[in-house]
Amino acid sequence: MTRFSALSLFTKALGGHQGWPEQWPDAAPKPAYDAIIVGGGGHGLGAAYYLAKKYGITNVAVIEKGWIGGGNTGRNTTIIRSNYLYDESAHLYDHAVKLWDGLSQELNYNTMYSKRGVMMLAHNVHDVQSFKRHIHANRLNGVDNEWLTPEEAKAYCPPLNISPDARHPVLGAALQRRGGTARHDTVAWGYARAAAALGVDIIQNCAVTGIRRGTDGAIEGVETTRGYIASKRVGVSAAGNTSVIMQMAGLDFPLESYPLQALVSEPVKPVFPCVVMSNTVHAYMSQSDKGELVIGAGTDQYVSYSQRGALHIVEHTLAAICEIFPIFRRMRMLRTWGGIVDVTPDRSPILGKTPVQGLYVNCGWGTGGFKATPGAGDLLAYTMAKDEPHRINAPFNLDRFRNGRLIDEAAAAAVAH
Amino acid sequence: MILIHCPYCDEKRAELEFAYAGQAHIARPLDPSTLSDEEWETYLFIRNNPRGRHHERWRHIHGCGRFFNAVRDTVTDKFETTYKAGEPRK
Amino acid sequence: MTGYRLPTGGRVNRAAPLTFRFDGASFAGFEGDTLASALLASGVQLFGRSFKYHRPRGLVGSGSEEPNALVSVTRGPGRFTPNLRATNIDLYQGMDASSQNRWPSLKFDLGGINDRLGMFFPAGFYNKTFMWPRSFWEKLYEPVIRRMAGLGQPPSEIDPDHYAATYAHCDLLIIGAGPAGIDAALEAASTNQRIILIDEQDEAGGGALSDPSLWPWLERSLKALAASPNVTVLTRTTAFGYFHDNFVGAVERLTDHLADLPEGPREKLWRIRATDVILAQGAIERPLVFDGNDTPGVMLASAAKVFALRYGVAVGESVALMASHDSGWNDAFALAGAGVSIAAIIDVRDAVDDALLAKASALGIAVRLGHSVIGVRGRLGVKAITVARNDGSAASDITCDAVLMAGGWTPTVHLWSHSKGSLAWRDDLGAFVPDVPNENVRCVGACAGTWNFGAGVVVDVLPTPKDPARLKAFVDFQNDVTAKDIKLAVREGFRSIEHIKRYTTNGMATDQGKTSNLNGLQIASTALNKPVTDIGLTTFRPPYTPQTFGALAGHAKDALFQPTRKTNIDSWAEEHGAVFELVAQWRRARYFPKAGEDMHAAVNRECRMVRSSVGIFDASTLGKIEVVGPDAAEFLNRMYTNPWKALEPGRCRYGLLLKEDGFITDDGVSARLAPDRFHLTTTTGGAARVLNMMEDYLQTEWPDLNVWLTSTSEHYAVIALQGPNARKVLEPLVEGIDLSAEAFPHMAIREGTICGIPTRLFRVSFTGELGYEINVPSAYGRSLWERIMAEGARYDITPYGTEAMHVLRAEKGFIIVGQDTDGTVTPFDAGLDWAVGKKKPDFVGKRSLARPDIVAPGRKQLVGLLTDDPNVVLEEGAQIVADPNQPVPMKMIGHVTSSYWSEALGRSIAMALVDGGHSKMGQNIFIPMPGKTHVAKISSMMFYDAEGARLNV
Repeated sequence: MTRFSALSLFTKALGGHQGWPEQWPDAAPKPAYDAIIVGGGGHGLGAAYYLAKKYGITNVAVIEKGWIGGGNTGRNTTIIRSNYLYDESAHLYDHAVKLWDGLSQELNYNTMYSKRGVMMLAHNVHDVQSFKRHIHANRLNGVDNEWLTPEEAKAYCPPLNISPDARHPVLGAALQRRGGTARHDTVAWGYARAAAALGVDIIQNCAVTGIRRGTDGAIEGVETTRGYIASKRVGVSAAGNTSVIMQMAGLDFPLESYPLQALVSEPVKPVFPCVVMSNTVHAYMSQSDKGELVIGAGTDQYVSYSQRGALHIVEHTLAAICEIFPIFRRMRMLRTWGGIVDVTPDRSPILGKTPVQGLYVNCGWGTGGFKATPGAGDLLAYTMAKDEPHRINAPFNLDRFRNGRLIDEAAAAAVAH
Repeated sequence: MILIHCPYCDEKRAELEFAYAGQAHIARPLDPSTLSDEEWETYLFIRNNPRGRHHERWRHIHGCGRFFNAVRDTVTDKFETTYKAGEPRK
Repeated sequence: MTGYRLPTGGRVNRAAPLTFRFDGASFAGFEGDTLASALLASGVQLFGRSFKYHRPRGLVGSGSEEPNALVSVTRGPGRFTPNLRATNIDLYQGMDASSQNRWPSLKFDLGGINDRLGMFFPAGFYNKTFMWPRSFWEKLYEPVIRRMAGLGQPPSEIDPDHYAATYAHCDLLIIGAGPAGIDAALEAASTNQRIILIDEQDEAGGGALSDPSLWPWLERSLKALAASPNVTVLTRTTAFGYFHDNFVGAVERLTDHLADLPEGPREKLWRIRATDVILAQGAIERPLVFDGNDTPGVMLASAAKVFALRYGVAVGESVALMASHDSGWNDAFALAGAGVSIAAIIDVRDAVDDALLAKASALGIAVRLGHSVIGVRGRLGVKAITVARNDGSAASDITCDAVLMAGGWTPTVHLWSHSKGSLAWRDDLGAFVPDVPNENVRCVGACAGTWNFGAGVVVDVLPTPKDPARLKAFVDFQNDVTAKDIKLAVREGFRSIEHIKRYTTNGMATDQGKTSNLNGLQIASTALNKPVTDIGLTTFRPPYTPQTFGALAGHAKDALFQPTRKTNIDSWAEEHGAVFELVAQWRRARYFPKAGEDMHAAVNRECRMVRSSVGIFDASTLGKIEVVGPDAAEFLNRMYTNPWKALEPGRCRYGLLLKEDGFITDDGVSARLAPDRFHLTTTTGGAARVLNMMEDYLQTEWPDLNVWLTSTSEHYAVIALQGPNARKVLEPLVEGIDLSAEAFPHMAIREGTICGIPTRLFRVSFTGELGYEINVPSAYGRSLWERIMAEGARYDITPYGTEAMHVLRAEKGFIIVGQDTDGTVTPFDAGLDWAVGKKKPDFVGKRSLARPDIVAPGRKQLVGLLTDDPNVVLEEGAQIVADPNQPVPMKMIGHVTSSYWSEALGRSIAMALVDGGHSKMGQNIFIPMPGKTHVAKISSMMFYDAEGARLNV
């Protein structure tokens, strides 16, 4: 692996940049591996990297039906935060945030993680109660999250409209300063490059078509469009396509896949310093290093794999953005796109073992998977290496849907009365 | 915004009139108390989530108010058919 | 001097001169000009600076494909729009436009240093550095990158305009009013079909606008269409996205071309549902990739033709053509015909059609076949080009001030791709053309790949003897992506076009790759030595051209963003100084401060008055459902946790509703009016959800039940009258109802009249006092309220808001679903065991209550809290621990759900969810707050009048 640095950039520049090697080789599948990761997104590539780096399992293949990072990794709004309510969630996401810090240096690939702060707006008394609950829980969990008055919120994010006459006035905000954004593609590429350097095969354009189980029921390998590949350990990290793959192993899953849209504006000079989220008006926004306003829209209401969203969702999202940030009405939408998000009944992920020996799963991240990328990769790797979950991901098991120990962050923000 | 044929109104109307209501043909068990935890979990949470042909429910909530069933391809989002609640699976 | 106005020709109105400003300097143009054509006619060649290298840039195109000429236009406060393409801006008198992404000026831009250092900023350079020292990323590198990036300045003031939105339906939607689109419209116009024809330009005609020989046809055709009542022609309207089931979004720009802004919306969003769609969007000419191809003055041949023949503007005094396609020759001939001097025609091909050579010869134009441009001289504008044979020999200079590029054509398949139609590669065209449709749509004209532009060859990079690693041969002009960037991406292992696009940002600029995608693909194809079809085509995504947030948000602004629901009594509250809060879609009076009172004082007074005399409260927002039918009681029995069958007509019952997962979702007091009729109430926010849930079970699980559900939430205004004097206030006003305690006990309902208004009168209490909830038809709400206020005056009747209501109910330990429960709380957790019918075999959610974790010990249970210091009002949401001295992360055992100052008790009270709370009565728990840890004792939630004596009077 050619080490990236200002110096290497300088020397390669003098050679007309002819000397850069492939960042990762385009591997062809071998007949067998010690472990296979299905799904070449950030989570899957991260799992392969940590398997090799932390657990010494280097004979690993990542198999991806398209191109690595082409799914939700490359289609999200890159928000990173860990100010979740329940202990289980806070520990899970904070594990990831801690790994984000220093990831660029670890991977020798600039993931552009930027602690710009994530601010969540409270628009009514119920929001205030709910956010205060989050803040207090986070404080006692050692996760930073602080309450801002409307004036403090505006000082932190000047385009914010804090007029009390707004349809949804801002009553305050919860700010996590360690929250922020990263550059989505680089996370996949950085993990791929670092994993490949440790011996991991990155196999693209290779779709799983079947899962082979032995007479004892345990995993023996996967059938793919590029032939059969044997392995006693298979980790599925396929986001919206998880249900389809699990069915190949004979498992029905508590998952549904919905279209989620996002959009960006044309690039402008810096105007928006942080990430702002508003659950009440359903909008969230940040500004990328390139200058685009990056905006998340809502999900469509029906199950779909079409990656094609509806116009009225975009209309509502932009109306919401203009409601909170009215100076942006003359900004222009440059590009919209759709992803497929896999959602569990309690909207928390499933990360752990499955009823099939040797088959592991990482799915159900819904709209929030990007922020968890390093943590999910690390914990999937741990679970696969030890054949048991780490204490952080142990609560995110499949059993909770049977025994009722759900981790329902969204329900905790329930609106009623 | 997809167009949906309501089998009660016998009209194709815009999606804004409808509310999606999840996978179809999951009947509530007649006596839930006799179900094991696994069976109850299956009823509550396990869904097909297929790539392709999907049986699903919609409600014409801003129209006639009726729930009905549909078969839709989740890759193209195109409806194969819609039919009234109570009619056999298509 | 470079470009200039031709003495004749064009469609501009030379009788209507206009003046305008660009970067502060005054210019003149004509009505019918775009900003681009007027500046070009004034000799301006430099329009902007590129994104990354800040290289000087001029016009490349003449329409929405333009990548370089991005400008900002301002017309007063809040009316600033950045990043507009000069080629799409219709000129008006007094326009004020400016260039972008330069400092201090367009001609002298310090950012140009990036260009000098460009070799250190190849594609993806930022992935490889800026990592050390770690803290420098956020403090130094990123802020600098951000300042260098971005295009125009962001808007800084609120936009005063408003926007319209509409739906339209038609049989046939035709997108693109060039000759193909107009022909399609004319053909269909004779039928009875409703037709909409839309075009993004200021006038219909498309390519015909730059072909004077077609103008008579165009005029005739447009007249015919105007005379057809079934045809609507929309100009200045961009179809930006093609969505499911022939649903097309378009934005019409209504005022941006006007010097004087009229009343009315600035833009209008059209949402068009069409039975059939015809796409006639034409094709976009492809630039050629060669060293210096981004120098101002190098532009598309077709654009030069548009400027000459449509706007009467010569793009230069001496113009050279670099072609790989016949169409450029014809454009050059057209320019020559308009009086533009053609310096030379250079064609990369060794041979072309003899007719072209003959025509060039007849016009006296020098021709060089088998040659390519290998260099461009001039920085802020073309001064000369160097041309060589394709083998690199015989280099020579040609003096010229503009270079036309004719690299062939790319069908405009953006909307086709949005519709998920498939594309087929045509080797002869070197382009993707529409193949199999996915909607009722077809393509006609150039966007279908059928054109009469002649033939050509596809060249990825023009032959050059120079070192390819040193070329500044641009593919994506706006994003500064060069051919060598794409080759670098391939070298680094990026193989799919999606990866190459993301690594290099090719095609990701505000023109979305209209001129760059295919060249990028060709270069990648060559570098990978694979056919184009193996590399794939990046997906086109809406919008076709960028659209303002304002237009897409449409009407949904300020109060119209979402309706605020108001009760019939709301206006009284507003007139009497109420402070409001938003609850779900409603606004509700939170408290009614008297002069000098803060919220605390007002709430204390309101509570005091309810407990001591009588208070009046607007409860109209409560959800209400009328349940009617012979099986109504059976239905409610299955829905709610409580038993309903034995409830006698005239009596009320508290109902608790679970979701099938066993957690509380709603509650409310409901009354049985008759054996087959119930009046249900729900929470304010839960009304629609509960009705939908009930309809779901009724229609799909129990269709055998004969029950009808009707939402009556907005049918009734509800006035709660609470306090020991409530009966006395009511008595004189009510007819037909015996209000005595014996005849009308607590938890009963009676029907009669009040002030002559029919009423459903509930005797219920959410305060613990003697109380009534008076339901009358909504329209009578305020007038009845005022009659009761008048009647209650002698008892000092006091209006109270939601805050006092919350305190009063908390003193009695009544829960609020959504505040004291959060979607993870069972009836047992909430201490509502009494509301669960133990003998019922089934109800919604019952089975879930038997799941292992639900019956396990240690669940969070709702309890009362009394702080050791009675003056401490805990913060709602505060977390509870058993051991305050443990280190962080602490083990939290619960949280405060409700917390108030209780005026009745003269101390604070709170409710909390605590691990195993029901078995911890009397135990101390701790609430660690910043700076201080509070101590509280777990107690019953029934803080006030536990025996209920005040109710039974």
